[in-house]
Amino acid sequence: MSFFLEPLQYEFIQRGMVAAILVGILCAVVGTYVVLRGMAFFGDALAHTILPGIALGYLLTGGAREPLFWWALGTAIVAALGIGAISKNSEIKEDTAIGVIFAGMFALGIALISTVRSYAVDLSHFLFGDVLSVSPGSLWLIVIFGSLVLLVVFALYKEFLTLSFDPILATTLRLPVGLLNNLLLSLIAVTVAVSLQTVGVALMVAMLVTPAATASLLTRRLSRMMLLAALIASLSGIIGLYVSYYLSIASGAAIVLTATLFFLLVFLWKKLKGR
Amino acid sequence: MYPHTHHELNKPILDVQNVTVRYDGRAALEEITFHLHAGERIAVVGPNGAGKSTMFKVVSGVLQPSAGEVTIFGSQPHRHVCIAYIPQRSQVDWNFPVSVADVVMMGRSAKLGLLNWPRKKDWEYVWHALEIVELSDLAERQIGQLSGGQQQRMFIARALAQEAELILMDEPLSGLDTPSQEGLLNMLDALQNQTVTVMVATHDLDQAARHFDRIMLLNRRIIAFDVPQNVLHTDHLLQAYGGRLKVDSGGTILVDDCCPPD
Repeated sequence: MSFFLEPLQYEFIQRGMVAAILVGILCAVVGTYVVLRGMAFFGDALAHTILPGIALGYLLTGGAREPLFWWALGTAIVAALGIGAISKNSEIKEDTAIGVIFAGMFALGIALISTVRSYAVDLSHFLFGDVLSVSPGSLWLIVIFGSLVLLVVFALYKEFLTLSFDPILATTLRLPVGLLNNLLLSLIAVTVAVSLQTVGVALMVAMLVTPAATASLLTRRLSRMMLLAALIASLSGIIGLYVSYYLSIASGAAIVLTATLFFLLVFLWKKLKGR
Repeated sequence: MYPHTHHELNKPILDVQNVTVRYDGRAALEEITFHLHAGERIAVVGPNGAGKSTMFKVVSGVLQPSAGEVTIFGSQPHRHVCIAYIPQRSQVDWNFPVSVADVVMMGRSAKLGLLNWPRKKDWEYVWHALEIVELSDLAERQIGQLSGGQQQRMFIARALAQEAELILMDEPLSGLDTPSQEGLLNMLDALQNQTVTVMVATHDLDQAARHFDRIMLLNRRIIAFDVPQNVLHTDHLLQAYGGRLKVDSGGTILVDDCCPPD
């Protein structure tokens, strides 16, 4: 028992645990649409593209962590809608356009951060996150914006479902297709900004995709897929933090590795059962 | 938020005037003009690339024509929710995590309105539609577990739940075995009693002649649009199919145009 309770005597670990669970649930639910609509590359690109925004905030505010959330949020929404607009342009293939922008913006972010002398430490913080450094203020931001995203996903469940399954049906039913598409991109953007401190830019796509992909192997209904993905993601958060504490591994990596292990186990179990 | 456009019932359910559609300068449809009466069943036949899918997209308001005008009961299609477009089966993600009932309920989205969840009345529409297409027993199945014919019937149920008055079906018979094809065609016959107007793109001239009131022979332009016996003449078919048509000495017509590319 003390094995489980010992880490929890520290307040920063309690906060980290709550943050990991909340971010896990949020990423899993939004990630379900990312998986179903084949937007994994978009999610990865989006996470990397916000680095210059964070870097700018970091340079201007002198390294304080909390204001960085707003910089991340602003950049993420601009980047998401920008990528959305680019993908409507048919002259260049969508994934090529995203690839060009995403690598360029990422390089810009690294360049900006490298102007500071101690940049290596801070850069790794942005790239890989550090859930154990979540402040009470940051935790509140996660709670507020996370609930907001989940509320919108819940309220527009039937619209997003129809749009994702059959965009032509959504058009003939005269749903506001363009608005809903941009809203979904914005929800992914907010999710990325909220989750930044937990897993960082580089591992973000794993939080969006891995739990949802695992759930998609286990159920054939969207609502159950969301619930199951949320469960897998929060378990990954909890287990990952214990692993991180006892084995002294970076927290973001530990969480993602746990989620990956869940995926592999389910994948193998399905393969064995299918024979 | 959702439009519910008034229907001028003295106007035809569908009126297409001089519609032309160009993709990158190449005309996919040219100078299409026709109108339909409520309750008619129309087969649209023509070779691959004749513009059948394009025409359905223009009629349903998914695609804007480059020139010309489409009206549904007297007003433009983009505000009507009474048109159902049933996609080709190859364009649907059959692994999507939804049940048959979920898909049929999607047809209610417009009438439900933004933010509202299905009410008892909406579920009644869904169950009734599933009953008509004889899929009640499979309502909770994931859609990938249905046979090809059942998948088409599910989309008809979705159109019924939508309370569609004009149903456009893109190649619904392709890839189905003969019993499933006949079952689907009989179901369309039954729909006529509900004054649903149906346009079906098909490759099968024989079935088009037996099950539909009028046949539209299309190859970018309308070559003929009339009752079957007036359309299925060798000269019309030669115009539509060109070299892909073979007429043997007995007068039997063979069209070398079986499989649409995926």
